[in-house]
Amino acid sequence: MGFISYLIDGISLGSVYALIALGYTMVYGIAKMLNFAHGDVIMIGGYTVYTIVSTMGLSPWLGMAASVVVCTVLGVAVEKIAYKPLRMASPLAVLITAIGVSYFLQNMGLLIFTASPKAFTSVVSISNIKLADGALNISGVTLVTIITCIIIMIALMFFIKKTKAGRAMVAVSEDKGAALLMGIDVNSTISLTFAIGSGLAAVAGFLLCSAYPTLTPYTGAMPGIKAFVAAVFGGIGSIPGAFIGGILLGIIEILSKAYISSQLSDAIVFLVLILVLLIKPTGILGKEIHEKV
Amino acid sequence: MKKKIVSVLLAATLAVMSLAGCGNQASDKTSTAEGKNEVEAEEGTFLIGGIGPVTGELAIYGMAERNGAQIAVDEINEAGGVNGTKLTFNFQDDEGDAEKSVNAYNNLKDWGMQILCGTVTSTPCIAVAAKSSQDNLFQITPSGSAADCIGPDNAFRVCFSDPDQGTKSAEYIGENKLAKKVAIIYDSSDVYSSGITDKFVKEAEEQDFEIVAKEAFTADNKTDFSVQIKKAQSEGADLVFLPIYYSQAALILQQANSLGFETTFFGCDGLDGILGVENFDQKLAEGVMLLTPFAADATDELTKNFVAKYKEEYGEVPNQFAADGYDAIYAIAAALEKGECKPDMSVSDICEAMKKAMTEISIEGLTGEKITWDESGAPDKEAKAVVIKDGAYSLME
Repeated sequence: MGFISYLIDGISLGSVYALIALGYTMVYGIAKMLNFAHGDVIMIGGYTVYTIVSTMGLSPWLGMAASVVVCTVLGVAVEKIAYKPLRMASPLAVLITAIGVSYFLQNMGLLIFTASPKAFTSVVSISNIKLADGALNISGVTLVTIITCIIIMIALMFFIKKTKAGRAMVAVSEDKGAALLMGIDVNSTISLTFAIGSGLAAVAGFLLCSAYPTLTPYTGAMPGIKAFVAAVFGGIGSIPGAFIGGILLGIIEILSKAYISSQLSDAIVFLVLILVLLIKPTGILGKEIHEKV
Repeated sequence: MKKKIVSVLLAATLAVMSLAGCGNQASDKTSTAEGKNEVEAEEGTFLIGGIGPVTGELAIYGMAERNGAQIAVDEINEAGGVNGTKLTFNFQDDEGDAEKSVNAYNNLKDWGMQILCGTVTSTPCIAVAAKSSQDNLFQITPSGSAADCIGPDNAFRVCFSDPDQGTKSAEYIGENKLAKKVAIIYDSSDVYSSGITDKFVKEAEEQDFEIVAKEAFTADNKTDFSVQIKKAQSEGADLVFLPIYYSQAALILQQANSLGFETTFFGCDGLDGILGVENFDQKLAEGVMLLTPFAADATDELTKNFVAKYKEEYGEVPNQFAADGYDAIYAIAAALEKGECKPDMSVSDICEAMKKAMTEISIEGLTGEKITWDESGAPDKEAKAVVIKDGAYSLME
């Protein structure tokens, strides 16, 4: 029973990673850039809900909606101000800018909300599910997170394959120049990608804060990095890969904590990552792209 | 042109958004960023510097200590100063970061600091103590509890050391028969937490209880405690020892509650501040015990006066860190008086005089009666245990 109970913990931690990883992988897959500020957009999403629900006392639904709007606007704004001017610059320059944006958002969070941790009121009111006479306990947040993850994953795959805007995204990701020649508005397509990615960050934000209810300006940073690892693990750019990578990462982390050592769990997680990348350099579901000569 | 307008609009949205969040900032008057060296270095006074986090994750400690120390400085100045010389206090932020702390130290040196009352947290304190010993500048840390904080002979402290806290916690649990089976959840990446844990485990061998689980987490891994809690639960621990800081403890209490784990939680001074976490369900902290030298509901005159003043000035009940800051300033004043220091003496001369004086003084402090110091810089005083009852810290019988 202990094993199953740890497995459930792993899945619930992994589902949060997966949800964040979806946003990471989406932006990377289309815009081919690592948006390191993704984790901090999550934090802003969490604070938006906190401000509306706990400070102003309004309904959680309003908080969640506002959080998606705020994060979407923020994501598009960051893209326009910080990333777009660097469209032609080297990927390294954009990466460094993204790290800069990440620090900017953290410090803005510090200035506005101060550093003292805030206890977040969960937006999920579904009670825990107890199985096997209470020996197994699945929290409502975990269920909601996993279901949300799967819905988002399917919706994203549908969107990219079936809609015009989605197909434009694929075209942009494959070859910006050719897409432009085919009459695709590259800039607005990339903006749309950021809008969707940041909207997902908002969802990840309030579910992360519901599962682990302490909110500080650094809340998004570490889960953001773990989710990035999960995205690489599953094959960065692949949407189902992000989901699988996230869940696996959570399970490995919890099981190594439970059965090997609670001190070494991070070391083990990254060791597994190295092994996976040695065997399959593009990640579990990553596509190998052969350069045509 | 159109694009420019769009980007200006977006920038404006960003700006408006950042203002929109300001609603809950206005009430928090102590959290505004401090300007550099805004305190004037008044001539003919003792220039005392303070360093600690007033922003960042550990801000509750830094703010409390700054406020407590300021009350002591004001009291001493009102009463005519030390041998007729007033004190000037300048507190700088380090966000609990060693590098920023050394920067703050250099800033204060430029300002003309003669005595340092700091730093608040352990890791920065070790870095700053290395600097202050080079300068031979007298340093007393109110709450830097790691063993190395008072490594150099110019450094003293007010609080217990980490090893002391570990030993005293184990003694307290054993002597009062609080538990038979004890689990520990600690931060292995933090010198404070692992220092206490080591000594606790050692002392536990002498005591009549058993350690059934010793589980760690690290700074990069401090949101999910389900495994650590479940292990404690499955081993049947009737007490969980938490030698950690309050932000993680708040999460552990919430997660233990949702797992239906009912036990007693026992912590050290790092848990002090848990009731100050905004929006935290204080019912979860009910019955949590902590070993701390200060209880705000103590009935002696000194504590009552201090608590009343603190409430009036800063609108909240002071925690142990405020009391540490207050006692540190009184220790400085007593040592200055005993060492017959003058503000025009060199930093090094003041330090030599105070070092000698520190081992001779005895002060009636908030954190202990008749606190004395030995040459190593460690204080000698008794520990008190406090339990959280009805949302407030109260002294254990």
